[in-house]
Amino acid sequence: MATETVDTTAEFVLSEKVRKEIDHWLEKFPEEQRQSAVLAALHAVQQDIGWLPENAMDAVADYIGMPHIAVYEVATFYDMYNLKPIGKHKITVCTNISCMLCGSDKIVEHLQQRLDIKLGETTSDGMFTLKEVECLAACKNAPMMQVDFDYHENLTPESLDQIIEKYRNDK
Amino acid sequence: MVEIEIDGKKIQAENGEMLIKAADDNGITIPRYCYHKKLSIAANCRMCLVEVEKAPKPLPACATPVADGMKVFTRSPSALNAQRSVMEFLLINHPLDCPICDQGGQCELQDLAVGFGGDRSLYDEGKRAVANENVGPLVETRMTRCIHCSRCIRFGDEIAGLREFGMVHRGEHAKVATYVKHSLRSEVAGNIIDLCPVGALTSKPFLYRGRAWELDAHEAIAPHDCLGSNIYVHTRRNQVMRVVPRENESINETWLADRDRFSYLGANNDERVGKPMIKREGQWHEATWIEALEFAANGLEGVRKQHGAEALGALASASCTVEEYFLLQQLMRSLGSHNIDHRLRETDFSDQKHLPLFPSLGMQIEDLENLNSFLLIGSNIQREQPLAGVRLRKAVVKNQAKAMSVNFLDHTVNFPLSEKLVVAGDALLFELAGIVKALIADQKELQDQTEQLLKSMQPTAEQQAIADKLKQGEKSAIILGAFVQQHPEAATIRALAQLIAQASGSSCGVMSLGANSAGAYVAGMLPHRLAGGAVAEKPGLDAGAMLTGACRSLLLLNVEPAYDAANSALAEQALAKADFVVSLAPYLSNDVREHGDVLLPIATFAENTGTYINVEGVWQTSRAAIKPFQECRPAWKVLRVLGNIFKLDGFEYVCAQDVLNKAQEVIDAANFVEPQWFCPAPIALPKAKTQRIAEWPIYSVDNVVRRAVALQESLHYEQPYGARMNQATANKLSIAGDSEVMVEQANAASICLPLKIDATVPDNAVAIEAGIEATRGLGGAFENITITKRVG
Ligand code: SF4
Ligand code: FES
Ligand code: FES
Repeated sequence: MATETVDTTAEFVLSEKVRKEIDHWLEKFPEEQRQSAVLAALHAVQQDIGWLPENAMDAVADYIGMPHIAVYEVATFYDMYNLKPIGKHKITVCTNISCMLCGSDKIVEHLQQRLDIKLGETTSDGMFTLKEVECLAACKNAPMMQVDFDYHENLTPESLDQIIEKYRNDK
Repeated sequence: MVEIEIDGKKIQAENGEMLIKAADDNGITIPRYCYHKKLSIAANCRMCLVEVEKAPKPLPACATPVADGMKVFTRSPSALNAQRSVMEFLLINHPLDCPICDQGGQCELQDLAVGFGGDRSLYDEGKRAVANENVGPLVETRMTRCIHCSRCIRFGDEIAGLREFGMVHRGEHAKVATYVKHSLRSEVAGNIIDLCPVGALTSKPFLYRGRAWELDAHEAIAPHDCLGSNIYVHTRRNQVMRVVPRENESINETWLADRDRFSYLGANNDERVGKPMIKREGQWHEATWIEALEFAANGLEGVRKQHGAEALGALASASCTVEEYFLLQQLMRSLGSHNIDHRLRETDFSDQKHLPLFPSLGMQIEDLENLNSFLLIGSNIQREQPLAGVRLRKAVVKNQAKAMSVNFLDHTVNFPLSEKLVVAGDALLFELAGIVKALIADQKELQDQTEQLLKSMQPTAEQQAIADKLKQGEKSAIILGAFVQQHPEAATIRALAQLIAQASGSSCGVMSLGANSAGAYVAGMLPHRLAGGAVAEKPGLDAGAMLTGACRSLLLLNVEPAYDAANSALAEQALAKADFVVSLAPYLSNDVREHGDVLLPIATFAENTGTYINVEGVWQTSRAAIKPFQECRPAWKVLRVLGNIFKLDGFEYVCAQDVLNKAQEVIDAANFVEPQWFCPAPIALPKAKTQRIAEWPIYSVDNVVRRAVALQESLHYEQPYGARMNQATANKLSIAGDSEVMVEQANAASICLPLKIDATVPDNAVAIEAGIEATRGLGGAFENITITKRVG
């Protein structure tokens, strides 16, 4: 994933690719419901540059035609949007009820120690960002976490170490 | 209509109405936070839970529509239990900091906690805290107190048309915030102070200044725009502490513009002059009232003896009271001069004989929201009359009204414009004429009448579109803004606007300047008309003539000519040229300080009793809430005593009511003949020169708001003053890369201003604000201007 450096002070210009993607979604909704495309639009920007700086959210708002604050509301509501630049790999640990009952606290603690960062932070080498999320619908195999787009389930401190190593070595 | 029963009381309710509304209309109290009758229904606080027969659980009264035969219990054990539980939940995260909270004593949460809450909580864990935001100098935030009712968010979205607050993050972390730090920009933002049921949003200028129970409320009228919003002035120990709206459905509903809410700060300003002052040998000295009054009277008398009564002139602001206007014109006319005017910002008086009794909206303010289409001509409605903008927005958002605008600047409006033409000064006339031409294609009679005027016109597609939309609208209106009345061809513009209205079946009206233009017209504050509109036999000089130096002596009532007149430079020169200048004003403005001879300090709005006539023609009397500052006196008293000193007849008034009665009597007896529409002269081709477009910024419209510091600071996000022009104009003048330029106008000093590239300015125009110190001494508002490179 990793994030690109973006000038957050200048006006943000949506790339050709992103605009195409937003248009694609806009077509699916009636004209007076344009804002329904905002989720997909934010995803498109995040795919493109890895995170959502304010000026990029403003550009999305202006493109779709909705108040800036309404886009911030959406982006801050969902965990999958990165409001800060992230590392090469994003680790999201589920701490919702089933995982919590199965010991997600320990998983978080272990990860924090191992990576020497707190929830919401990125390792100094820019390799990992650690976040907590709500239920990812893999409760059956709790506790679980997602690294980038892959699920890792039935976690134990030992399996965590292996997984981390794998991502670290996998350049 | 359906019949329902609430707490055993049978009541009638509209079909589809919500329970809470039916209860409110019948005086039954249901507790609530998120519900507000002027906002959409959010149903998120759950405080309004009531028991409804046959419903398994308590229902929210604000989101439950009435149904025939419904039986509702607002105080049954189940309802009370639900309400108590909701209160307990809301208090989980609410700090119990009432002793240091400004909302204490006027807090809905406090009241409802006492009325409906329990006396202890099961919750003893830690409370969450939310960081405050700095949202500018008007609104103070304490976001930990927020109960997430979302009223402030809905207000921005639905009423102000500018969403500034939102609910960001989620669950435990959800908070009301602007996300990106900024000062509130809406000109009606102050209303969220009233809307917020808790102490999360309070008035910053009033912060820690007082408690609600120490204040006395006085009914009054806001004196800064032609709507005449109703207010309460809250006072304590003879000081105005704050101003809040007084509900009046037909004018301001429950709202108030920030200008009306915070202008009291200007009246409390240190610049107030508390004692009469006389200038002797270039120095101002304090004096007693009797000295100052005699000095003023002698000065005027001296000029009159030497040069005749025609050498005397009187100018008043467009926001004085009917009583003051009536007395001032009585005084001047008794002294033998008809040189009386209040139209300082106007420049075209050529149609004055043809104008109606007073400038009127031609419809009810309340009806603005029912329009189907409207055309704003030269109006910055959101800034000039903020609450009229709010009404029009409702027409657009709720009725899908077609909003259209023909203007000198591309002003932001908080509703979508379906047609918009932005052209520099004179070209506006052509646009209007084109619209007329498009409208009268099938109206033979009007064609004949306007043959000469419109001979060479060929409507463009845009003009045609405006014409069609006006015709299609069942209820349509033409509204001339305050901005356009300053135009040197205002008479032609007015005549064209009337033609458009007539040909499209629309109403035609103006949003007049100041708070009481209507009152000034009716009370005879005009050179050509007496009170009630009777024709003055020998018309005197208009404001334009008086300010080009035609008067040896000027009597100023609440005006600061260098800031209030259409042409600042000429106005100041006129003052300098005059032998004797008397100023009745609450402040010693710079222009009067330099050129005046005597200052008679007068009361400001909350210290004064007087009548305002709004743009709809409604007379509203505002009574003094406090005694005038130090030795200031209400202007009507000063004028009365001047009359006595001159030993004039008819100046025996004892109170403001006497003056009003007399004015009323004269006005009722006057015989005003409604003038006929007249066809203006054919329009000349626009000059190819660069024209200045001068607007008075929202908080520079009169002497009081100019001194309301918090209001001035609230504009800091805006581009500071400067010479604003679009890129093309800057290129043409070959100054595009410069940061500062020299601007010069006829008969005026040349000054240096920052250059701002601004796409909202049309070609060949330079927008430079008037009414502020930085541009004092420039020339006419719509006149030619020369822009040159700054040397050195
Ligand atoms: S700040 Fe006040 S008005 Fe806004 S949501 Fe919170 S409690 Fe409601
Ligand atoms: S609770 Fe963790 S995946 Fe459902
Ligand atoms: S007032 Fe009904 S839910 Fe808030």
